[in-house]
Amino acid sequence: MRGLWLDGLRVTRDGATVVELNLTVAPGEVVTIMGPSGSGKSTALAAILGTLAPAFRASGRVVLDGRDLTGRPPRARRIGMMFQDDVLFPHLSVAGNLGFGLPFGLRGAARRARIASALAEAGLEGFADRDPATLSGGQRARVALMRTLLAEPAALLLDEPFSRLDAYLRGQIRGFVLDRIRQTGLPAILVTHDAEDARAAGGPVLPPAP
Amino acid sequence: MFARLFATALACLAALPATASDWDTVLAEARGQTVYWHAWGGDPKINAFIDWVGDQALDRHGVRLEQVKLADTTDAVARVLAEKQAGRTTGGAVDLIWINGENFAAMKAQGVLSAPFAERLPNWRLVDVVGKPAVITDFTEPTEGLESPWAMARLVFEHDSARLPDSPRTLAGLLDWIKANPGRFTYPQPPDYLGTTFLKQVLHGLTPDPSVLQEPVDPASYEAVTAPLWAWLDEAAPNLWREGRAFPRNEPAMAQLLADGEVAISFAFNPGRASAAIAAGELPATVRTFVLDGGTIGNASFVAIPFNAAHEAGAKVIANLLLDPTVQARAQDPAVLGFQTVLDLGALSPEDRARFDALDLGPATLPPADLGPTLLEPHASWMERIAEDWVRRYGSAE
Amino acid sequence: MRHPGGALLRQAPRLTLLVIAGPVLAGLTGTVAPAFGLGTGGGLDAFRALADWPGLGAAVRLSLATGLISTVLALALTLLILALLPGTRAFSALMRLLSPLLAVPHAAVALGLAFLLAPSGWIVRALSPWATGWAEPPDLLTLNDPAGLALIAGLVAKEVPFLLLMALAALPQTDAPRRMLLAESLGHGRAAGWAFAVLPALYAQIRLPVYAVLAYSMTAVEMAMILGPTRPPTLSAQIALWMADPALAERARAAAAAALQLGLVVAALALWRLAEAVLRRGLLRAAALGLRLVWLDAALRLLALGMAALTVGAVGAGLAGLAIWSVAGMWAFPAALPETLSLRTWVAAAPDLVADTAMTLGLALAAALAALALTLTCLETETRHGLRPGAGAMALLYLPLIVPQVAFLPGLQAAALAVGLDGTPLAVATAHLVFVLPYVFLSLSGPWRAWDGRIATAAAALGAGEARIFWQLRLPMLLAPALTALAVGMAVSVGQYLPTLLIGGGRVVTLTTEAVALSSGGNRRIVGTYALLQMLLPAACFAVALAAPALAFRNRRGMAPA
Repeated sequence: MRGLWLDGLRVTRDGATVVELNLTVAPGEVVTIMGPSGSGKSTALAAILGTLAPAFRASGRVVLDGRDLTGRPPRARRIGMMFQDDVLFPHLSVAGNLGFGLPFGLRGAARRARIASALAEAGLEGFADRDPATLSGGQRARVALMRTLLAEPAALLLDEPFSRLDAYLRGQIRGFVLDRIRQTGLPAILVTHDAEDARAAGGPVLPPAP
Repeated sequence: MFARLFATALACLAALPATASDWDTVLAEARGQTVYWHAWGGDPKINAFIDWVGDQALDRHGVRLEQVKLADTTDAVARVLAEKQAGRTTGGAVDLIWINGENFAAMKAQGVLSAPFAERLPNWRLVDVVGKPAVITDFTEPTEGLESPWAMARLVFEHDSARLPDSPRTLAGLLDWIKANPGRFTYPQPPDYLGTTFLKQVLHGLTPDPSVLQEPVDPASYEAVTAPLWAWLDEAAPNLWREGRAFPRNEPAMAQLLADGEVAISFAFNPGRASAAIAAGELPATVRTFVLDGGTIGNASFVAIPFNAAHEAGAKVIANLLLDPTVQARAQDPAVLGFQTVLDLGALSPEDRARFDALDLGPATLPPADLGPTLLEPHASWMERIAEDWVRRYGSAE
Repeated sequence: MRHPGGALLRQAPRLTLLVIAGPVLAGLTGTVAPAFGLGTGGGLDAFRALADWPGLGAAVRLSLATGLISTVLALALTLLILALLPGTRAFSALMRLLSPLLAVPHAAVALGLAFLLAPSGWIVRALSPWATGWAEPPDLLTLNDPAGLALIAGLVAKEVPFLLLMALAALPQTDAPRRMLLAESLGHGRAAGWAFAVLPALYAQIRLPVYAVLAYSMTAVEMAMILGPTRPPTLSAQIALWMADPALAERARAAAAAALQLGLVVAALALWRLAEAVLRRGLLRAAALGLRLVWLDAALRLLALGMAALTVGAVGAGLAGLAIWSVAGMWAFPAALPETLSLRTWVAAAPDLVADTAMTLGLALAAALAALALTLTCLETETRHGLRPGAGAMALLYLPLIVPQVAFLPGLQAAALAVGLDGTPLAVATAHLVFVLPYVFLSLSGPWRAWDGRIATAAAALGAGEARIFWQLRLPMLLAPALTALAVGMAVSVGQYLPTLLIGGGRVVTLTTEAVALSSGGNRRIVGTYALLQMLLPAACFAVALAAPALAFRNRRGMAPA
C-alpha cells in the first residue's frame, strides 16, 4: 500500500497523552493539522520522524509505503522535513547544502549536474557557490525545499514552513512547495495555524486530538 | 704488641680511601649513566656552574649530569621519603641532592641515605678537615661520610660604600645604625634559612658563653639564653624596612632590595656573591662586604646520595669531581660563583695551588685573612626553636 | 544495539568522570588522611598544632577576604565591560589582547606587578627624582600589605581575562543583541537593560567558571607568595610553606590546614550561592519596578573603560618591565631605564629554552587533545542519548578546580609512585589531563548545548546518520569553540607547576617548572625571559584557534563570531 499511515500513533509524557493521530495520507495528498501553539503539533511530527526527546513515549505504528518505521532511526525512515526557518547549514555553500542529501555513490559530474538542475528548477541558476547567509528569505526557503527533495524522501513533513515569510513571498513559496509535492506524488503533512495555508493545501484538515 | 700493631694497621686501612681498583670499578659502572642532581635552581649562576660540571663529567668520565632545578630542596627530600613509603627501594628518581642542615638531619634520621661514601672518594684526602671542621659537622650533626662537602659558605654583610662609607662592626653598632636610619635594614622572614641564620648570628654575638649553642636546646635555660636576642629584635623592629610590617622572602629577595637601593645593608651566605653580582652588572660597583668583630657563622654545602638512587656510581663520580681542585677553583672564582673552597690549599700540588692564587677576588670580596673567625652553626634544635618563637612573636600582625 | 559502538560511547561520561574524580579523590585521601592521624595514629594532633599557630585567624580571614573581594571585583569588571563597551574601539582592542593576557602565567603577572608597584618600582622610578624628590626608594608598604590589597589587584588582573573569555563563549546563547535592542527600545539605559535582559541568562551560563575563579583566588599560591602579606601569609601560601618545611611534622599540620582550606572554599561557595539568590531577587524586583537608569550609563562606561585600561595597562607594563629586565645590565634606582643593555641572560638561557619549549608544547598538546576527545565523546553521547549530566556529575567535574592543589597532589604523587607511574612525560600529561579536562569541558559544553538541534533533525531527515551529523555538521560548525577549548586546555597545561613537579619527579622539565624555580630566586632578569616565552606559547595557540576557523569560513557570514 502506498502512502503514509499513522496507525494509532499516540505520544505520552509522564503517562498523560500529548497527542494522538490516526490517519492515512495518500501519495500527492497534503493533510493539514491545525491548532494553536502548544497543542502538540510539533511533538506529533517528531514522533513520525523518530526524533522524540527521551521524556516522551510513543505507541502505535508509523507505516510508509507498506514499511513499518516504528523503532527505526530517523535517517532510515526516508521522511523529508521542512522547518519554520530554513535551517540551512551555515558552514556549507548552497551547493554543499543541496549535495548533503544526495546519495554518497553519486559523484563528480553527475552530482554537480543533479545540483545544477535542482537550482534551475528553483530559479537559482549560478547560486551554487553562494554563502547561504547572503540569500534572501525566499531564496533560502527554495534552497531548503530543493535540499529536502534531492534526498528523495518517500514522504514530507512541513512544520509551519511559511510562517516567517512576508505576505507577498508567502503565496509565491507556498505555491512553489505545493506544486513540487503534487509533481513528485509524495504524501505530506502540513502543520500550520494559518487557515490560508490549509485552504491552499487542498487536503483534509484536522485538529490533533489532545 | 704484634696484635696491637695489627689492629692499628687495620684501623688505618679502614680509614684509607678506596683502593684504586675499587674506584676503577665505580668509574666503570658510572660510565654511560645519567645522574639526576636535585639542586635548588633559583640562581642562574649556580645553574650555569652545574652545567659546566656536567660537561667536565661527560668529558672526563662519560657520565651525563642533569640538574633537576628545585624551588626548594625539601621537594627532593619529600620525594625520597614518598618513594620509601611507596616501597621503591631501587631505581629512585634522585641520584644526588644538594643538601645541608635540617634537610640532612631529617634524611639521616629517616634512614633514607645511602651507605657512607664521602671519605672513600679519591679526592677526600684534599679536604681541609682540620681547618674547616664544618665539612664533617653539619649543624653539629656528624656527617659520618653520608654526605660530601663541595662549598664553604660564610655569612657576610654587604653595603653600598657610596651611600654608607663606614659600616658598623658590632651588633650594638648595627642596632644603633638601624635606629638612626629607619627603613634601611631587614632580614628574610624566618623560618627562611638566611633569616634564621641572621637570628643565630645575633644570638651567638649576644650570648656570653656560645658553647651552650653546640648542645641541643635545654628548655630550662632557653628563655634566659634567648632573652638578649628578643630584646635586640624588639628594639630594631619598628625601625626595620617597612617598619617591620613585611619581610623579604629569602636571600635573592634581599639581594634585590640592595640592588634597588631599598636597604643600605644586606647580607648573604656567600663572601663572593657581591663581587660576582657586580661583575654581572646586578649590583653597583661600589658595594663592599664586611664581617662583624668576633666572626660570623659559616657552614658547608654538601651532596648526598639517597638509599635508592638509580645511578649511585655516577653520583659518587660527580661528588668526587666536585672536590677536584680545578672544579673548586672555578667555584671560588667571583666571576663564576665566589664559593669558598672546602680543600686544604696546603695539600694541593703547586700547580693546583696556583689556580687559587690566580683568582681575582673582585672589588667586594674580603681576602681570607680579613674574614675573621668562622662561628660554628648551633645545634639544629636552636634553629627550629628560634624560628618557631620568631613566628609566635612577629609572624602575625596582631 | 542501534549502532555499533553505542554501548562503548554510552560509557564515555563515566570514564571521563573517573579520569577527573579518581585522581582527586585518591590524592585527597592520601593527603588529608595524615591530618586526622590515619596511618600515624596521631589522632587530631595535626589540628591541635594548626590551632596553636598564632596566625591562623588572620590567615583564614585573609584567604576569605582576598578570594571573595577579588572574585566580586573581577566579575563586576567583566560584566561592566560586556554591558557597556561592545561596539567601541576599546572593546575590540581588548578582545585582541584577551588571549595573551589569559595565557600569561600567574607568577609572571605577579612579578611584573610587583616591579611596577614596589617603592623602588617603575612607577616611582618614572616620577623620581624630578617630581618626588626621592633619590632613594621611599619606605612605603605598597606590596605585601597586611590587608592583601596588592594580592587582590593581582588576582583581579589575572581572572578578568578568564571570565571575559568564558562569558564571550556563552554570550551567543543569550540572544543578547536582540534583547538589548528590545530593552533600549523600552527606554532602558544600556547598563540597566543589559542587567535586566541579558545578565540573568548569561550568569546561568558562566556560574561554574565564576565558582572556579572564587576557589582559585582563595587558594592561589604563587601570587600570594609574591604580592600577598607575610605576617601571616594567606592560608594557602602558609600550607605551601609548611609542605616545604624540612621538619616533617609540618606535613601533618599542612594536611590539617589543607582540610581546613577545603572547608573554607566550600563555605565561601555556599555564601556566594546565597548572595546569588538575594541579588537575583533584587534584580528581578528592580526590573519589575521599571527602573530605566539611563543616567548611570555615562559614569559606568567611564568606570568600565578606566578599570579595563588600568588592568590591561598594569599587566602590560609589568610584563614590559620584565621584558626589559631580561635584557638589562645594571639598572639602579631611580633610573627609569637600564644604564646598559645586554643579551647575556638570553644567551645563557638559550640552550635550555628549546628543549623546555618542546616538552611544554608536547605535554600541552597531548593533554588538551585527550581532553578534547573525551569532552566531544561525552557531549556527543549526551546529545544522542539525551543524557544530561546531573548536579552530582557536574560537581565531580569541578573537583580539580575547587579542591586546592596542595590538598591532593602530594597524595596523588604517592599513589603514582606506588603503581610506578611517575617520572615520565606520559604520567605528567595524564596528571595535566585532570586539570585540563574540566576547563575544556566548561569551555565547549555551553556552545555545544546551544547548537541548533534542528540542524541535526534536518540532516537526519535528509538521511544522514549520527556519525555523519557529528563529523560533517556539528563538529565543523562548532570548530571555533572546539579550537578555543583546545587552546584553553593548552594554556592550562602550560601553566601547571605542582603537578608537573610532583608527578614528573623533577625529570619532566617545562617552561613553567623552570620559571617558578627561577622566580624563587627573585631574579627579574631570568624570570623575564621565561615569563615571555611562557606567555608566547599559549598566546600562539589562541591565535591559531581564532585564525583557523576564521580562515576556513571566511566566506560564510553565518559562521562569523557573534
